[in-house]
Amino acid sequence: MNVGLLEAFALIVRRELCLSFRRPDQLLQPLVFFLIVTTLFPLGLNLQLSLLRDMSPGVLWVAALLSSLLSLDSLFKSDADDGTLEQLALCGQDLTVIVVAKTFAHWLVSGAALVLVSPVVGTALGIPTEAFLTMMLSLTLGTLTLSWLGAIGAGLTVGLKRGNVLLSLIVLPLAMPLLIFGAGATDRAISGTSSAGALYFLAALCVFTCTLAPFAATTALRITLE
Amino acid sequence: MTVREIMWTWFYKLASPPYVYGASAALAPWALGGAALAMGYGLIAGLAIAPPDYQQGEAVRMIYVHVPSAMLSLTVYTLMAAASAVALIWRIKVGHAVAAASAPIGASFTILALVTGSLWGRPMWGTYWAWDPRLTSELILLFLYVGVMSLRLAFEDPSRGDRAAALLAIVGVVNVPIVHFSVVWWNSLHQGATIVRLGAPKMPGSMLWPLLSMWLGFMLFFAAVLCIRLQGEVLNRERQSTWVREAVKS
Repeated sequence: MNVGLLEAFALIVRRELCLSFRRPDQLLQPLVFFLIVTTLFPLGLNLQLSLLRDMSPGVLWVAALLSSLLSLDSLFKSDADDGTLEQLALCGQDLTVIVVAKTFAHWLVSGAALVLVSPVVGTALGIPTEAFLTMMLSLTLGTLTLSWLGAIGAGLTVGLKRGNVLLSLIVLPLAMPLLIFGAGATDRAISGTSSAGALYFLAALCVFTCTLAPFAATTALRITLE
Repeated sequence: MTVREIMWTWFYKLASPPYVYGASAALAPWALGGAALAMGYGLIAGLAIAPPDYQQGEAVRMIYVHVPSAMLSLTVYTLMAAASAVALIWRIKVGHAVAAASAPIGASFTILALVTGSLWGRPMWGTYWAWDPRLTSELILLFLYVGVMSLRLAFEDPSRGDRAAALLAIVGVVNVPIVHFSVVWWNSLHQGATIVRLGAPKMPGSMLWPLLSMWLGFMLFFAAVLCIRLQGEVLNRERQSTWVREAVKS
């Protein structure tokens, strides 16, 4: 059966979404983790709400990075364990399309969900409502970029027994610019100044990784699958 | 033979482990000698002869270790990524050996640059560490080195580990221009480009020549250590082959 590129993309995305929604617990765990981590900061630091507001962009972004990392481990893992990934690699369809589809579906259930939850967390951390739009926009760009960086890391560590820590070690240094500009954009939005510069930088990073990371992630998978 | 043919023969020769083993064994003492000469001159001229800075006083002498090690941390990373790219694209195993041999050296230079930088920062900026773009990106560089080294060791199959680490090294190369241009792009506590810039260096000759000499000495020292480590890498990787048994026996 001959399947076009777009059709293959749509099929894989549908399959991934189906699989995710059949395991709602796994879907919710990173989100709950995100909520718990952001709760830990005010509890541990015992802060005034005004002080908390100064720290909130950093807290929010660190929690978002960590919870995205948590879900990245599952990107290729279960498919690699039961051999589906090898079959996908052998099916004659370009592996890059499959990687793009899987990563995109993964972002939909992890990154996009996180963006939708972020106003709740933002309110708890004392971020003013006016800054929500910038916060959500920066988180959208940031989680998308992180999913791509994570696809490279997940591809490199998929064959390893204890790849989880190593995955963080690989992805976090690459994600540090994201944290700087993402938290910077949110911070500026809170203080009421223009966050356009930081958002543009985030968008540039996003486009850069979206175009190049699929090929790097595919090569990574080829190396570990061989 | 055309130039093209000569180049390819040279390329193939460079890809053969026995040739690399022999060449690096022959090169190591020369590089080490050159490093001793250049660093000897640089240290004497920099620490004893060069005048103290009008602003920073004697503390400026930290520059003779700090700047070359910071430059080397980037150069070694670039070299490691280039060797990795050669190894991945043309499937040349020696490239992986070069990358594996240079990673710990590069990480050491990065640590040296961070430590000397913070020791220099204490009297000048009043703090050992500032979350400044250049300092942060240099720290990220160290994490990248650690990531590449641990990824290589994480695989049971060494050739797979080699290729995974090679890919990560290539991906991480995006950080190199960030470190290099961070002082230009962001208003940074760290001083701007002084030597490698358009126009004449912003530094008097009595300080510039010892510094350049130290840089040359660091480069040669890196070459020497790389040659020594490369011999070990190649011997270990080729331990099943007959030429290694003969080399070890003799």
